[in-house]
Amino acid sequence: MISGRETLRLAFRALQRNTLRSFLTALGIIIGVAAVICMVSIGEGAKSRIRGMIEAAGTNVILVFSGSSSSGGMRGGMGSQPTITWDDLRAIQTELPAVRAAAPQARGGSEVVSENATWTTTVYGVTPEFFDIRNWALDHGVLLSPSDQAGAAKNVVLGATTADKLFGNGVDPVGQSVRIRNAPFTIVGVLERKGQSGMGQDQDDAAFIPMSAFQSRFQRGLGKFVPGQLYVSAVSSEAIEPAKTQITQLLRQRHRLDSGEEDDFSLMTMAEMTGMLTATTQTLTTLLASIAFVSLLVGGIGVMNIMLVSVTERTREIGIRMAVGAQPLDIMAQFLIEALTLAALGGVVGIALGIGAADLLSSRFGWSMAVRTDIVVLALLVSAGVGVVFGLYPARKASRLDPIEALRYE
Amino acid sequence: MALIELQKVTRIYQSGDTEFAALRDVDLSIASGEFVAVTGSSGSGKSTLMNILGCLDSPTRGVYRLDDRDVARMSRVELADVRNRSIGFVFQSFNLLPRTPAIENVELPLIYAHVPPAERRRRATEALERVGLADRSKHQPSQLSGGQQQRVAIARALVTRPPLILADEPTGNLDSVTSLDIMQLLAGLRDSGITIVFVTHEADIAAFAHRRLALRDGVIVADERSHSPTATEARG
Repeated sequence: MISGRETLRLAFRALQRNTLRSFLTALGIIIGVAAVICMVSIGEGAKSRIRGMIEAAGTNVILVFSGSSSSGGMRGGMGSQPTITWDDLRAIQTELPAVRAAAPQARGGSEVVSENATWTTTVYGVTPEFFDIRNWALDHGVLLSPSDQAGAAKNVVLGATTADKLFGNGVDPVGQSVRIRNAPFTIVGVLERKGQSGMGQDQDDAAFIPMSAFQSRFQRGLGKFVPGQLYVSAVSSEAIEPAKTQITQLLRQRHRLDSGEEDDFSLMTMAEMTGMLTATTQTLTTLLASIAFVSLLVGGIGVMNIMLVSVTERTREIGIRMAVGAQPLDIMAQFLIEALTLAALGGVVGIALGIGAADLLSSRFGWSMAVRTDIVVLALLVSAGVGVVFGLYPARKASRLDPIEALRYE
Repeated sequence: MALIELQKVTRIYQSGDTEFAALRDVDLSIASGEFVAVTGSSGSGKSTLMNILGCLDSPTRGVYRLDDRDVARMSRVELADVRNRSIGFVFQSFNLLPRTPAIENVELPLIYAHVPPAERRRRATEALERVGLADRSKHQPSQLSGGQQQRVAIARALVTRPPLILADEPTGNLDSVTSLDIMQLLAGLRDSGITIVFVTHEADIAAFAHRRLALRDGVIVADERSHSPTATEARG
């Protein structure tokens, strides 16, 4: 058999002779590979963005919900029934060594009315520790204070978007007054911009008031129970698991649950939340990538089709080559390498195009992207594999031609 | 010593239940350096004979010794090797690769003989010189006349320095003047020691040969030699 380099040269020759056809055939592969790379890059980007945002929401954070998370029987879901009391919260804040801070958070939708504008946003009832736990800094003004909570002060801290909507971009609204549920609240501070959450909602479209004020305006009659859920931060990332154990033990003990009884609360760490969200994104990415892989497959069939046409068209050439001494394997290698070259070239161009498209889409729509080297390598291997698999049959067909018949072919 | 030795060579084609013997028990011996014309009407078996001589086909029965090697029972791979080393083909319709320069057409057999590129180019240039087309080496077949194309094909047949050249109606597609040129060229090659077997319909072309075989119904019915001066000398 002749050398690989010689065969490669022959393949390039043949592809050059039919430039347009070669290009169109490769285009099938190019589009397929580009689609895979683009989809996966954007999916990966979304995943890392979600991870980043959830981490920005506060690291080492554990969420504590009232009610059981278990779906056993007809129990209500998380947060459906208040079970955590203010005493529970204080115990979590003071008794557990792995816990750095804990704060409740409840929310309700409401119109917020300034002198010039009305804006419907989410109003959160929080305690002063909340901002620290969520790792959320002030842009200007001050945060809610313990005395605001103690006195149910009608003070409000606005998210950046809410401030912009009510007062216009760049205007400092601190000291001004807004009405929330018909009560005048004084703006004491505006928070730093935090951007979209992992679920795509604007975290800055919010207003924060003391939980005590929230309870009197939004959610009455809970008495000793804490509305909403708790944000608990562990002292370090290593302390997350101990903190979970400690909170569970503490709450079970305080709620006097027997060992056979289910928890009447549930915990979720940010890591678990990230996991959940990234799993969703992963599913989507996988789905999109599989569709893209189908188009790669279609590209492969295109390669096979053209190779079959090419073998038929070049029957006489095959006959000539055989007559002057080409081995069946030489002929097979020539056509196989031709298909492989076509597919691999398509793969390389497709990768470049896919990365380019992902880059364009992400800058156009503000998505993020992350190119995964393993997927790039995989796409290249798959496209080369497609070339081999779909080139094999035409190449075998060529190598099995009878030289006499082939020479006679018109 | 005989270059070609056929003993009771039979070639049967089968289509469905019917068998057709294209060659029947052909005995033939061609010595090294002979210049042989094969004639016969279509269906006489001359194409089959040429295919078998050219190792493109194998006999159904019988012995074929080429250059003292038994080629009748060789595999496709071995036959390809024999074609590459021992045989040069010239076809009626030239059979050059389209859109490929003359020089690369001539190089083709050397690729399959594993000759390195530089050496290949040198030998192909030499072969083109020998057929008088050194100045056309970059031309593609479509830019060459029929006679020139056949010269390129002859150069391709020569380039591996085979002991045997088989030509299947080499002048069939050419006008009479060009035909004579091509036959002169082949006669010159035979004078340098290459054995040449060619098929033709035309008596004046067959006259170039020293030996004329006539086939009918798969059997050699005539085998005559002209002992007198070789064709080249006669026309010289």
